[in-house]
Amino acid sequence: MDYTNIISRGAQEMRPSGIRKFFDIAAEMKDCISLGVGEPDFKTPWAVRDAGIRSLEKGSTWYTSNSGLLELRQEICRYLSRRMGLAYQEKETLITVGGSEAIDMCIRALVNPGDEVVIPEPCFVCYYPITTLTGGVPVPVPLRAENGFRLTVEELEKAVTPKTKLIIFPFPCNPTGAVMRQEDLEPIARFLQDKDIMVLSDEIYAELTYGSRRHVSIAGLPGMKERTIVVNGFSKAYAMTGWRLGYACGPEPIIKVMTKIHQSAIMCAPTTSQYAAVTALQKCDEDIENMRDEYDMRRRWLVSRLNQLGLTCFEPEGAFYAFPSIQSTGLSSEEFCEKLLFSKKVAVVPGNAFGDSGEGHVRISYSYSIAHLKEALHRIEEFLQELQSR
Amino acid sequence: MEKILKILESNARISVEEIAAMTGLSMQEIAQRIDACEQANVITGYRTLVNWEKTKVEHVQALIELRVSPKRDCGFDEIAARIARFDEVDSVMLMSGGYDLSLMMTGKSFQDIALFVARRLSPLDDVLSTATHFVLRTYKKDGVLFNAEHTDERELQ
Repeated sequence: MDYTNIISRGAQEMRPSGIRKFFDIAAEMKDCISLGVGEPDFKTPWAVRDAGIRSLEKGSTWYTSNSGLLELRQEICRYLSRRMGLAYQEKETLITVGGSEAIDMCIRALVNPGDEVVIPEPCFVCYYPITTLTGGVPVPVPLRAENGFRLTVEELEKAVTPKTKLIIFPFPCNPTGAVMRQEDLEPIARFLQDKDIMVLSDEIYAELTYGSRRHVSIAGLPGMKERTIVVNGFSKAYAMTGWRLGYACGPEPIIKVMTKIHQSAIMCAPTTSQYAAVTALQKCDEDIENMRDEYDMRRRWLVSRLNQLGLTCFEPEGAFYAFPSIQSTGLSSEEFCEKLLFSKKVAVVPGNAFGDSGEGHVRISYSYSIAHLKEALHRIEEFLQELQSR
Repeated sequence: MEKILKILESNARISVEEIAAMTGLSMQEIAQRIDACEQANVITGYRTLVNWEKTKVEHVQALIELRVSPKRDCGFDEIAARIARFDEVDSVMLMSGGYDLSLMMTGKSFQDIALFVARRLSPLDDVLSTATHFVLRTYKKDGVLFNAEHTDERELQ
């Protein structure tokens, strides 16, 4: 059997995740320290786990409606209004299998072959391959460190053409930690005002912003609600990655079509997770604050340590990653990661895994205890000293 | 302030420099605040959590329930303070519920502790009764799991 002729061309040409490469090696290595994970180290708050257990005890093990439990959608709308200042209704909400499915459904619902999808990079790795699978054309916009990796309206204007269908808005950003501010969003909203272009705002890290500045959703700007699909989920804010639960909110006609695809592809999101999530939204605002405080301490510690080591690091304002520059070492991102892995057994992700503009950087996750970070940074320090003395 | 205390409570050996980095305050400010807490007895000491079971040192702990008769003017304070002065006694707490004072104490052997209770605690005038419970094994102490190995189960990198 010649599988190369059997497997679809689109799937064959799909870009694999660049994150995996080093971690397959790292996983085999003894005493290797990873700074690579992209999920919280906290356990899901007990109240949420308990709600999941109770729903199982009650035997609530059937499908839910395709859009998801009405009660959960209502709670999501309340939550978005309470914490994000967004006004959505149940019928504008679809519960998905993680934020990832919402991204997939959204791109599939909107993008025709040949349509352009603007993707600010560096960013999470899924937008590009999902776009190419639909026959869409990804248009990467390289973001710059000197702008704090925030998207400017000038950069966007240059990337938008008559073929542009969708703009990905990956903020707060994995891997850079960049958070868009009100003053960054306003000119972009004005620019999009008279255009039939949609924005997919991936706000999975919305709860994890630090300092006095909170995440501002582009959907809340004048004229933007009708142009925006907000994607969010429970993984990062409530440490619920394994529950696989997310959602999309947006204009009803689009949510309807996304629901139609979801109905065929997935049927409905896991029922147990949905019941647990109701409790998360009702009872866990305080847990979010506690986890955020802890991340914030690690973030400050890590950034100050990286700068001490000469790996200059602009201050990440969101998510749980630092994105230091490694240019002072004279190595490429991949060389840096490979040498660090083999000489000191520390695994970090090369910046170019998130797009070419990530070259010269590495992503370091601080979803680890301070003790773990300390040991890893100690090894990185030794690594840098050995590089210098060579 | 609370943040600094929480950091120190989880790791007393962390440096002022690191606390400064974690909180975004200056080292001087951190040092001053810690000083102030020490002066005010908010920070009452710095200790190490030792899992004695893993050493060869003979180390027996017991929890002792005491029922005592309170005094007209000072309630339980006088007798509690008196018991607290014994070196063998690690902690003394006034409790709600079925008994009055709860003591944790350490000795070299079961007999050691039993003798202490029989000869020094029970004869005190205000002590009505005692119940001694020996610690057989410690699983967790001050928020730290003993004997538990931490493994990172996160598979996806």
